[in-house]
Amino acid sequence: MNKKKVSSVKRAHKKTQLYYQSMVIPGMIFLLIFNYIPMAGLIMAFQDFIPAKGLFRSKFVGLKHFKYMLSLPDFSRIVRNTLFISLSKIILGMILAIAFAILLNEIKNKLLKKSVQTIVYLPHFLSWVVLATVVTNLFNLDGSINAVLSNLGLEKINFLGNTSVFPGLIIGTDVWKEFGYNSIVYLAAITAIDPGLHEAAAIDGASWWKRVWHITIPGMLPIILLMTAMNLTNVLSAGFDQIYNLYSPLVYSTGDVLDTYVYRIGLVSRQYSFGTAVGLVRSLIGMILLVTCNRITRRATGQSIY
Amino acid sequence: MLDNKSVSSKIRNTVIHLVVILLGMVCLFPLINIVAISFSGSAAVTANRVGLLPVNFNTLAYEEILKDKQFWVSFRTSVIRVFVSLMLNLSLVIPMAYAMTKTNREFRGRNIYMNLLIFAMLFNGGMIPNFIWLRSLGMLNSIWALIFPSAVPVFSVILMMNFFNGIPKALEEAAFIDGATPYQVLFQIMVPCAKPCVATISLFSIVNNWNDFFSGLVYMQKIEHYPIMTYIQSLSVNIQALIEQGMMNQQAMETMGDLSNKNLNAAKIVVAVVPLLIIYPFLQRYLITGMVMGSVKQ
Repeated sequence: MNKKKVSSVKRAHKKTQLYYQSMVIPGMIFLLIFNYIPMAGLIMAFQDFIPAKGLFRSKFVGLKHFKYMLSLPDFSRIVRNTLFISLSKIILGMILAIAFAILLNEIKNKLLKKSVQTIVYLPHFLSWVVLATVVTNLFNLDGSINAVLSNLGLEKINFLGNTSVFPGLIIGTDVWKEFGYNSIVYLAAITAIDPGLHEAAAIDGASWWKRVWHITIPGMLPIILLMTAMNLTNVLSAGFDQIYNLYSPLVYSTGDVLDTYVYRIGLVSRQYSFGTAVGLVRSLIGMILLVTCNRITRRATGQSIY
Repeated sequence: MLDNKSVSSKIRNTVIHLVVILLGMVCLFPLINIVAISFSGSAAVTANRVGLLPVNFNTLAYEEILKDKQFWVSFRTSVIRVFVSLMLNLSLVIPMAYAMTKTNREFRGRNIYMNLLIFAMLFNGGMIPNFIWLRSLGMLNSIWALIFPSAVPVFSVILMMNFFNGIPKALEEAAFIDGATPYQVLFQIMVPCAKPCVATISLFSIVNNWNDFFSGLVYMQKIEHYPIMTYIQSLSVNIQALIEQGMMNQQAMETMGDLSNKNLNAAKIVVAVVPLLIIYPFLQRYLITGMVMGSVKQ
C-alpha cells in the first residue's frame, strides 16, 4: 500500500518534470540554432575565410587579423569615438533621467503627470530610421535650427557634417530620445521612499533642496548603481542604429564607432574574417564588463541584472 | 515666516511645472513638426515656414505614398513579421520563464538552462557569423530570417521570470494540491496575474520588430523583401553629405526626384509610425508595473 503511494508520487514527479522540460525545450532549440551554432562562425576570425571553401577548408592564420587590427591607426580612433560617445550618453542620460524623475514626482496634478509621461516615453519607442528624418529636418544646413540661427544673425552650423559638432548631436539626440523612458525606474524608486522621512525632515525645517539631496537621492542610490552597471555593459555599443542613420563619410573621423566599422568592413567590403575578429574583441570585452558590473552591484546593493 | 515659506514653495512649484512642461514640449514638438511638414505645401517646407501647424494644407504627399507599391509591400511584410514574431515570442517566452521560476530540485536541469539563457544574452557570434549562418541555411530573402533569430528575447524571459517570482507562491501551491498540471497553473493562475508583464514584453516585441531595419538591410538582398523601416531607410540617404563629397551632383539629385522631397519623407515616416501609435496607449498603461516589478532580481 505504502509502496504504491510512493511510486505514484514518483510517477507524478516524473510527469511534472516532463511538463517543465516541454516548456523550456522549444525555446532552447531556437537559441541553439540561432544563437549558439552561429558562434562557431567565430572561427573565421582565425582564418582567411573564403565563403566558397566554408569554415572547414578555409586556411587558418592564427592571430593575423587581431595583429592587423591593433596596427591600424583607424582602430584606436574608433575605440576612442565609441568610448567618448557612449560614456557621454550614459552620464548625461542618467543625470537628466534622474533629475526629470525628481521633478515629475513633484507634479501633483494627475492628468498633467500622465500626459507628460506618455509624451516623454514616446520617442523611446520610435525607430532611429524615423527619428533620423526628424533630426535631419531640424539640424540640416537648410533645416529649422539653422534657419533660426541665421535669423538671429549667427553663422550656420553644419551639425551633420562638422566633425567637431557631430558627436554632440549624436549624444544630445540620444539623451533626448531616452531620458523619459529611463526615468521610469527612477520614478518608481522615488515613490518607494517612505513619505514619513520627507514629512519629518520638513517639520525639522529642511528645505526642498536639502530633502532631495539627503532623502530622495540616497533612497534612489541602489537603483542608480544598478542602472550604471547595466549601462556600462553597453559601453562598446555606442548605438549602431542611430549613428548609421545619421553619419556620413564626412564625419567618420569623430563619428565612426566599432559597430558601424564592423558593418562596413565585414558586410559591405566583405572582409569577413577581419570584421569577425573586430566583432569578437568587442563581444568579449562587452561580456567581461557585464559580468564584472553585475558582480559588483550584487555585492554593493544585493540586486543584480540576472 | 510661514508666509515666506509658502511663497517660496509656490515659486518652486511653478518653476518645476514649467520645466516639466518644457521637457514634454521638447519631446513632442519635433514630432508634431514632422506631421505638419507632411501636410504642408513644398514651397513652405523648403522655406522653413512650417512650425506646429501645416502651411498650405494638402495631402499630396500621402496621395503619392498611396501610389508607391513597394511601400505597401514592405508595410505588409512588417505587419506579418510583427504578428508572427509576437505569437512566437509569447508562446516561447512565457512557458520558459515559468519553468525557470522552479528550483533545480523541482525541475532538473533548470540551472543548466538558466546558464544557457544568460550566456546567450551575454555573448553572441556577431553580425558576420550570423549572416554566414543564415545564408547557409538558405534563409536570406525569407521573412523567417527576420523572425527566428529573435524568437527568444532573453531579456523578456528574465523580466517575465522575475515577475512570476513576485506572485505569492501560495496561489500556485493551492492549485497544485487540487491536482492541476503545470500548464493549467501557468495559464489559469500565473498568466492572468502577470498581465502587466505580458503587456510589457508584447510591447517590446512589437516595437523591436516593427522598428528594426538592420536585419532587413543585412538579410534581405532585394528591395521587394524589405520590411518597412529598411525600405524607408534605403530611401533617405543623407543627400546633403553625398553632394558635398562630390559623390552625387546636382543633376543626379534632380533625377532622383522625390528623394529630395521633404514632404514625402515626412509623410512616409508618419505612416510608418501610425501602427505603433495605435497600440502604444494600450500597452503603455502596463509598462511601469511590468518594467519595475520584473526588472530587478532581489
